[in-house]
Amino acid sequence: MEAKKKLVSIIIHIILLACSVTMLIPFLWMILTAFKSVSEATSVNPFIILPTVWRRDAFDNVIKNMNFLLLYKNTLLMIAGRVLAAVLTATMAGYAFGRLHFKGRDLMFSLVLFQMMVPGQIFIIPQYLMVSKLGILNSTMALVFPGLVTAFGTFLLRQAYMGLPKDLEEAARLDGCNIGQTFLYIMAPLTKSSMVALGIFTTVFAYKDLMWPMIVNSENDKATLASALAKMQGQYGSKFPELMAAALIACIPMIIIYLFFQKQFIEGIATSGGKL
Amino acid sequence: MMSMATQKKRKMTPREKSEFFWGWLFILPTVIGLLILNIIPIFQTIWQSFFKTGDFGKGNIFIGMANYQKLMQDKAVWQALWNTVKYAIVEVPFSIVIALVLAVFLNRKMRGRSAYRTIFFLPMVAAPAAIAMVWRWLYNSEFGLLNHLIGRKVNWISDPNLAIYSIAVIGIWSIIGYNMVLFLAGLQEVPRDYYEAAAIDGASGIHQFFHITVPLISPTIFFVAVTRVIGAFQVFDLIYMVMDKTNPALAKTQSLVYLFYRYSFTEGNKGYGSAIVVLLLAVIMCITVFQMTAQKKWVHYN
Repeated sequence: MEAKKKLVSIIIHIILLACSVTMLIPFLWMILTAFKSVSEATSVNPFIILPTVWRRDAFDNVIKNMNFLLLYKNTLLMIAGRVLAAVLTATMAGYAFGRLHFKGRDLMFSLVLFQMMVPGQIFIIPQYLMVSKLGILNSTMALVFPGLVTAFGTFLLRQAYMGLPKDLEEAARLDGCNIGQTFLYIMAPLTKSSMVALGIFTTVFAYKDLMWPMIVNSENDKATLASALAKMQGQYGSKFPELMAAALIACIPMIIIYLFFQKQFIEGIATSGGKL
Repeated sequence: MMSMATQKKRKMTPREKSEFFWGWLFILPTVIGLLILNIIPIFQTIWQSFFKTGDFGKGNIFIGMANYQKLMQDKAVWQALWNTVKYAIVEVPFSIVIALVLAVFLNRKMRGRSAYRTIFFLPMVAAPAAIAMVWRWLYNSEFGLLNHLIGRKVNWISDPNLAIYSIAVIGIWSIIGYNMVLFLAGLQEVPRDYYEAAAIDGASGIHQFFHITVPLISPTIFFVAVTRVIGAFQVFDLIYMVMDKTNPALAKTQSLVYLFYRYSFTEGNKGYGSAIVVLLLAVIMCITVFQMTAQKKWVHYN
């Protein structure tokens, strides 16, 4: 029995290891290619796995042609704007929808549910026309624009507030807090973990977004990491080391943040589950 | 009648007044934002689908159902819908089954558990644009790693019969970790004693998987399946990044959203683009209704 258990455990480990390798190969190949020369990367006979010399040329070339600091900045500002707006509006609305009773509440909440049911592409043309009419194409504001409010975040925070015990509010009320104070000092701090989950979810979603930045910020110095990659791919043709170096530079910050905060990332995604 | 009248006239208590005031104050930013950014745009998009987008600053021309008539006869649109279906048929079941098996493996005390989880989840935090570039390079028919490993020259992304499946593989690879994390969360809810009782009865691991695990986390499986199917029908990034405009397989891989993007923003025909996205809306609504009906058959709540 014990021997059989051990055997099963070993087989499971082998399967998991094989899957891990499969998951990692694209990342490893990206790194290895980025440090090669074009002729090394495209050598077939012999096929070269490890770079003979680890060169920085590809990185130097793409950094010279693409202003990555600016791309980082644009992406970061978009993420910061969207996270701030989402957490702020969703926390307030989530509290009202989850804990307060007032006329019109359920009707308004049905708007939230309605928004979550339709595919997001249906908003894009009107949103683009709005941004264009406001004269804010090619700006940080344009990148943040569709993320100013979040139906999904409102739903998530409402769930969090509904799970809190009732006596907290009662106690605050007896102490003379009005609803605003109760929310700000008692209730909101208790939903921190859901706020973090929404923040992480919004960050990842904004970072991955490709279509919206391509549409509204077509100028090079207003692009995000994702939209800049899309543009450079066409220009670099078969300079594979350069392409991989750029992809690596674009991926590294988020991967590092993830490795540091992986518990929050994974839990945040697990609790917010859904639209990604 | 009488009671309704009195109810209407009944004055709100101070508490009710205060809840009304704060409630609306708190939801107002979200409600106004949703109306302007999302709810009204839904109707604007539908409205726009009845117009021909004017050239060179000329106004839009009302053309009634003409965009939809064109849509019905547009082979590219139906091919795109079919491409999207093929993508979903491969991506969704494989990503769910693999993720479920991995989650079951990882749902116990074992060495390296969190390391595996970290690795499987890694693609979730990489930009699809970057992921697509890497896979495109792996798939490269002349110099790619994949063809080197199998020792053949397969045109992974330029063979019209194969390309959409190659892209679906990227989709599976990207989403497995995410599904797995959701399944792990679902598995935490399954009581341990179920397995212990089954083990005493001599049930094998595989038997336990099909008779305990799958039924008990079927709500999670259902939830993941619904969100994945909807997500798969909106595939865009991977196809946009992997397929060049000159790729001979483009017609057999472009998705509905890809066509929507092309018509709306590169060809400037927002009216037709709107009609395509309304078709997408209809398709997704149908799938959702179908899944909700089907769930009664195989999802066990409690």
